[in-house]
Amino acid sequence: MSDVTQLHRALIARVLDGDGNAPTGLRRAAFDNAGLDEPVRTLIEKVAHHAYRVTDEDVAVVRAAGLSEDQIFEIVVCAAIGQAGRQYKNAFAALAGATEEG
Amino acid sequence: MRLIILDRGHRPRTKALLALVRLVSRHPVVDAVKLALYRPEFYGGGDLTHEAMRGPSAWSIGDRELMAAFVSKVNECKFCIAAHSATSGLWYGDDAKVAATLADVETAPIDEPLRATLRLLGKLTREHSVDPDEIRAVLAEGVSPGQIADALAVCLAFNITDRLADAFDFSVASPAAMNAGARYLLKRGYR
Repeated sequence: MSDVTQLHRALIARVLDGDGNAPTGLRRAAFDNAGLDEPVRTLIEKVAHHAYRVTDEDVAVVRAAGLSEDQIFEIVVCAAIGQAGRQYKNAFAALAGATEEG
Repeated sequence: MRLIILDRGHRPRTKALLALVRLVSRHPVVDAVKLALYRPEFYGGGDLTHEAMRGPSAWSIGDRELMAAFVSKVNECKFCIAAHSATSGLWYGDDAKVAATLADVETAPIDEPLRATLRLLGKLTREHSVDPDEIRAVLAEGVSPGQIADALAVCLAFNITDRLADAFDFSVASPAAMNAGARYLLKRGYR
């Protein structure tokens, strides 16, 4: 296993199951970008698919819904790592496909 | 910075370190450093980024910094475009080559293996998937499977970092501060 693979796994384990302020179910949902309620859903969807469009308002409404800054920090980190990891996994499957077949 | 904790919520020892960095560098601490030093036991992505950017690879450090800048361009992440353009340009000693690559990868004065690899990273970043034929097109340019894996690691690190930089609204510092950051990244890396 490459060092990057090991470090990636350790990072995922840390943000999903390590000590944190957000419930682990919420962290997992943010990581998967699935099963979230508003207003968290909108923030996490933007982080996953067009993070440059996140606004102060997106964060303010999540704060107003009762999440602390540390919880927001954690779920945004989970969302970023989740989406980037799905890309990475997809590309490695394509690499395996390309090298195995030919 | 969109979260106050990332600006001012560090532990006392970390605050002292940030003050020292300000004093020694004579620049404000860039937001990427503030994020890296906030609850590192939770996020602490520096080790992964360091391994991807500075670990053993057939790609040069300049090439990997260019990949980071290019992925950031696709993600429209202003902070990371500026930071990694500066770092790549400094490594190559050629800012124009970096600028030309970000302007148009098809006409940029870079080697074909690097161009094909950047195309792949651009597609993956933009559309979140690539297929075996797209990988084969890169292999056909003489890029090894190991080099593709190394480039995908850079892509992973910057698809995380770009999202955080934009979600947390990193400020693009002055050119002098970004260049100081680039010199630091070439000297010390990401840990």
